[in-house]
Amino acid sequence: MASDQVTLLDLWASPFGMRVRLALAEKGVKYEYSEQDLMNKGALLLQMNPVHKKIPVLVHNGKPVCESLIIVQYIDEVWKDKAPFLPSDPYQRAQSRFWADFVDKKIYDFGRKIWMEKGEDQEAAKKGFIDSLKLLEGELGDKPYFGGETIGYVDIALVPFYTWFYAYETIGNFSIEAECPKLIGYCKRCLKKETVSKSLEDPKKVYDFVVMLRKKYGIE
Amino acid sequence: MDEMKYSMAEEIKVFRSWSSPFALRIIWALKLKGVEFDTIYEDLTNKSPLLLQYNPIHKKVPVLVHNGKVICESLVILEYIDETWKQNPLLPEDPHQKANARFWAKFGDDKVMQSIGGGVLLKEGKEQEEGFAASMEDLKYLEEEIRGKKFFGGETIGLADIALGWLAHYLDIFEEIVGLKLIDQEKFPSLAAWKQEFTNAPIIRENWPDRDKLVTKFAAMREANLGKGTPK
Repeated sequence: MASDQVTLLDLWASPFGMRVRLALAEKGVKYEYSEQDLMNKGALLLQMNPVHKKIPVLVHNGKPVCESLIIVQYIDEVWKDKAPFLPSDPYQRAQSRFWADFVDKKIYDFGRKIWMEKGEDQEAAKKGFIDSLKLLEGELGDKPYFGGETIGYVDIALVPFYTWFYAYETIGNFSIEAECPKLIGYCKRCLKKETVSKSLEDPKKVYDFVVMLRKKYGIE
Repeated sequence: MDEMKYSMAEEIKVFRSWSSPFALRIIWALKLKGVEFDTIYEDLTNKSPLLLQYNPIHKKVPVLVHNGKVICESLVILEYIDETWKQNPLLPEDPHQKANARFWAKFGDDKVMQSIGGGVLLKEGKEQEEGFAASMEDLKYLEEEIRGKKFFGGETIGLADIALGWLAHYLDIFEEIVGLKLIDQEKFPSLAAWKQEFTNAPIIRENWPDRDKLVTKFAAMREANLGKGTPK
């Protein structure tokens, strides 16, 4: 393991990138972080992810792994002696995969519409977003984390999106905490962990980034 | 002793529709592993209370119920099946190869299905042209990946083959309906060869839904999407 060469091609504000940073932190893996300019994609990114040309990309001993949840599973399987993300029982694993997939299908898409759309479309996205968070609250139940007593696959999939909540709330003019206090409580609990706090970006900085994106896309 | 045997018997149920390519994945995976199961056909225009109870979040097929344990989402179900019944593995052991198989399965769902199903089948005019161009890009990547291999999984059918397998049967049907050739033998020789291998593979070839019924169904879906009213 000492001879492992691990590089992460990433963009600081990406919640998908933060998933990988958190996964590597949980496993205590040393890696080189390489900030990418997505307006002017570098040769390494295009070589390592020719199909999607997106971040995050994990390059492990020269071989790329793409797509954030696929990378997180890869990390779990390679560095398997510490902090397992998935349970060992196949049914429990299936439940974790289902909910991580749910985060991908719902949280990201609705969240994106909140900051990109206006009027009715934005309202529909806000409703879909809150409804989805409430379903996640139901799944969390009384557990400290989705993974149980420790952070697991679903936590890694979800908690980076918390850094975008302030942007969603400010642009969408609503309070996520008012609707989903349990989920916000959960996110704050996660942030108390050093691996999480050092892997997640400052929500205010993310907000500035989103404002910049909106200006670039001509959304006012 | 017989009572013991019965109580240890597996109870496996698959909720499917007759036409869903997603549900077909589950049928293939279970049969490839020699696992016996019961099938419950759903009419997706009139979903059963049981389906809605088992899949309240997405309300879709397929659903797998294994000894009362419910699993939803076809790619999640496939991984469950592979971890539960270890014969004829769908995923390799090596983590990087495993990641690669998962990547192509996801590529199929996120990209190929959108460009071909959404873009080519359900659109016309300029939108269809854009869909066609996008699907050519997507198929090019698949062509590069399959080149030199019998299946995406190598010598045997793997997760990516099962996820992309709908191409081997449904694509001809879509091509017929829209009058466009997508997997052209000359443009995509390796992919065309894979289509032949997969469509004729044991188990796979016995489980395709009725072709004529599929033509009718997808032609109607195209008509409805183009807003042409009641299909003929």
